[in-house]
Amino acid sequence: MTARRLIIVGPLAYLAIFFLYPLGAIFERSFEGSRTDLGPVTEVLVAAAVPLIAYLFAHRKSPEKTPIQTLSTAWFLAPVVATAIVLLVLRIGVISVDPFNKLLGDSYYLGRIWFTIWQATVSTMLTVAIGLPVAYLFAKHDFPGKSVLKAVSTVPFIMPTIVVAMGFIALLGPQGLVNSALMDVFGLDTPPTRITNTLLIIFLAHAFYNYSIVVRIVSTFWANLNPRLEESAAMLGAGRFNTFRYVTLPLLLPAIVSSAVLAFAFAFTSFGVVLVLGGSQFATLEVATYELTAKLFRLELAGALAIIQMVFTYAFLLIYTRFQAGAAVRVDLVPHEVTSKGRRSASRTLFLIAIIMGVLAMLSPLWALFERALSSGGGYSFTHFTSLFSNESGSYFYRSPITTIWNSVRFATATMVISLVVGTIVAYFLARPRHRGAGVLDALFMLPLGVSAVIMGFGFLIAFNKDPLDLRASWLILVIAHTLIAYPFVIRSLLPALRGMPVQLQEAAAVLGASPVKTFFHIDLPILSRALLVGATFAFAVSMGEFGASLLLVRPEFTTMPIAIFRLLSQPGAANIGQALAMSSILMVIVAMGFVGIERFRYKDMGGF
Amino acid sequence: MPILEVSNISKSFSDGYAVEGVSMTADSGEIVGLLGPSGCGKTTLLRLVAGLEHPDSGSISFDGVPLNGLAPKDRGFGLMFQDLALFPHMDVVGNVSFGLRMQKLPKPEVRARVDELLALVDLAGYGHRKMHELSGGERQRVALARSLAPEPKLLMFDEPFGSLDRGLRESLQMEVRAILKKIGMTSIYVTHDRDEAFAMSDSIVIMDKGAVVQAGTAQELFKSPKSELVARSLGLKNVMMGTVSAIGEIATPIGVLHVGGAELSIAVGSRVLVLIDDRKISVADVAGAGSPPDGAFTGVVEGVNFHGGESDLMARIAEGMIACSIRPEDAGSQFGAGDEVYVTIPANAVRLVPFGG
Repeated sequence: MTARRLIIVGPLAYLAIFFLYPLGAIFERSFEGSRTDLGPVTEVLVAAAVPLIAYLFAHRKSPEKTPIQTLSTAWFLAPVVATAIVLLVLRIGVISVDPFNKLLGDSYYLGRIWFTIWQATVSTMLTVAIGLPVAYLFAKHDFPGKSVLKAVSTVPFIMPTIVVAMGFIALLGPQGLVNSALMDVFGLDTPPTRITNTLLIIFLAHAFYNYSIVVRIVSTFWANLNPRLEESAAMLGAGRFNTFRYVTLPLLLPAIVSSAVLAFAFAFTSFGVVLVLGGSQFATLEVATYELTAKLFRLELAGALAIIQMVFTYAFLLIYTRFQAGAAVRVDLVPHEVTSKGRRSASRTLFLIAIIMGVLAMLSPLWALFERALSSGGGYSFTHFTSLFSNESGSYFYRSPITTIWNSVRFATATMVISLVVGTIVAYFLARPRHRGAGVLDALFMLPLGVSAVIMGFGFLIAFNKDPLDLRASWLILVIAHTLIAYPFVIRSLLPALRGMPVQLQEAAAVLGASPVKTFFHIDLPILSRALLVGATFAFAVSMGEFGASLLLVRPEFTTMPIAIFRLLSQPGAANIGQALAMSSILMVIVAMGFVGIERFRYKDMGGF
Repeated sequence: MPILEVSNISKSFSDGYAVEGVSMTADSGEIVGLLGPSGCGKTTLLRLVAGLEHPDSGSISFDGVPLNGLAPKDRGFGLMFQDLALFPHMDVVGNVSFGLRMQKLPKPEVRARVDELLALVDLAGYGHRKMHELSGGERQRVALARSLAPEPKLLMFDEPFGSLDRGLRESLQMEVRAILKKIGMTSIYVTHDRDEAFAMSDSIVIMDKGAVVQAGTAQELFKSPKSELVARSLGLKNVMMGTVSAIGEIATPIGVLHVGGAELSIAVGSRVLVLIDDRKISVADVAGAGSPPDGAFTGVVEGVNFHGGESDLMARIAEGMIACSIRPEDAGSQFGAGDEVYVTIPANAVRLVPFGG
């Protein structure tokens, strides 16, 4: 028993060294300095602390505690305690809040905060608007090819950001599919639409990327909503509109809000899409942090900005868990078989066809990516793919595509292995609820989810640059950063499977004379294999597509595919764009192959997040 | 004069017929029980009347007005589902007042009507409870109050007490019946439990495999069940087919039974449904009885079920089985499986129903 509990020490140490320590380094860097005036920071902190504490007390009243409530309390306590400590330390004058004062007093950075919030808001509204009809389609209708279409609708979410960005360039860029088609048809010399480097393309890309979150969460919930509730409303005299307004919508609201919060959080911390499609005038907090780190070398400002962003992100995650908990207790859900029925009428069929076409149209950036990668001059050829192999400009950054792909694949494999080991141990520990403090540990191990990739990269950069942990020259630094992003997915996919596994199985095996090791290999592993496969594929894909952290940490010899694509894109010339398209296509295919596997082996309906 | 008329209605689903050629009626203020095993189409019939399903053929009319094509909300009917389907995001008042709010009644009127209904179902003071704070019985009452609130012209029940334990179910049945009778509500009550059907209904429609097999009051059904299935649905234990072989003699799977009285008038050669009252049969142990009683059958005990005061003894006689009710004070009530017994069936225990079909 004790030995089993001790095994958690490994992952805890991993988390402490590779997550908490870099996080500490960010704090240290942003708060170090001489004693200064407190300025606007104090006001902000005090203003934030009061409602937080009030909320905490209100929350405390609830007598029974679900793990999720413990989780949110833990997340909640952290900022309150932190606020108190910071205020105390500020009074004594041990640390400086200079960087924060600089940021909060600078209209450029205030503008970045404001811009990040409102672009995420608009993106989220668009995401929900697109996601809800599709969620309705999947929840309430059975039709041939539904499972395939469901899998297809998830494709954008699992695509690396750089591939999504490249897809939008391929579709809507100056030489994109839409523009070249319009030029051909109307005999124009210049591209008629210019929406790269506009807000519109950022909104579209975010909606493209995140709408499947809304689809997944809302449709699962909607499909299990008891249809008798709507029928009762009809029997009580409510028409379609009133039934939706007073019964269906209020019941779906927790699911809609929690999916919207997730979509908002992703749009809020969006990096690759904004960097590639937006250009410098549309920098989000994430892009601003990157520029402060990589271009301006103002590390203390970067740290302060990162901390401001983290406060926002954890606030969103808190709201998310609250609404998830709310969704769980309030609604009576029934098995899906009861609720789905194939109603047929002409207008309905037309509507269904429209939504199905819409889902397929959502994939157009990915089709465009293929089409553009294969088109050169007037026709189609593999020119862009073959040109990847020649270093015409003699660039120092040039790496053979074979090396790049090999780098990506081996880093992803290493990421997968480490994430599986860490994730499996943690999941085993958390799956036994009698372990005291499991709720707090769950929250602790989920913390990396709330830290954006750029911030992670930045933290690594300033934490692991001196002995005994100087990892700058090692490829391990990339892999470790990737594992921190990937292992929460492994935990999330394993936990439902583990919790559903009866303890008696292990006990029965033990009674029959199997050692714990034998039990694991003969009982646990076969039962968990599907969930493990899902987690493994996720970890692999996360590493394959990881962009933000890699961009800050990578060395030329360890260039991965997303980085290579970005470098190609930042060099001028149509040939470079062609090569970027070709490389993106290869990356897309590798990731897509992994996810064909996930859809086939997905563990019931626990979703990917 | 029936107020609800369902005539020759059919509805098929992709997996076969759910309801085929069903006709039934309900009088104003009458409670009609729909009795049948699960899957017999009684819930589908209910949903057709409610307008939640559309019939393939046939018609439904209420108070002389055909309902075909009318949306559920425009029929003015109420329906209490098996799982109640209370709105989990509203409190008791929110649920009960829903139908009134849909009718856009003025607020004071809604308020007054809700109070009146909560008093009727004995839930005064529960207005602000949430659904998850209520017990099973309280939820049933909220659902009833919610269904009654818009003053439906017809109220339908789809096994609403199925999930409750026996004691609570029985007291609620009586309460609900008293309320329905008090306000003169025309109702249809679906159940697979015959005791519930008898307790709740004025008349009963027995359904099987998507069709109506017999309809009538409980007395009518008991008096002349049309088929073995109806007789068994009514809870009769000894039901078998027989043929009148001579005046006063019926050939059955257990042998020739002797009857008297009115049963003597049935023509020789007729097929009849034979009903034997299990409480009038007497059983004696072969080992203890010495010589067989006059006219007794010899059988073998298959099993004995003890419950409460009486025991049910199943005995195999020739080709058939017979159930006998024995009281503890009867001599030799300690029968066990395999015992040889003499079974005496007096003429007054046997009832014959001419078999039309």
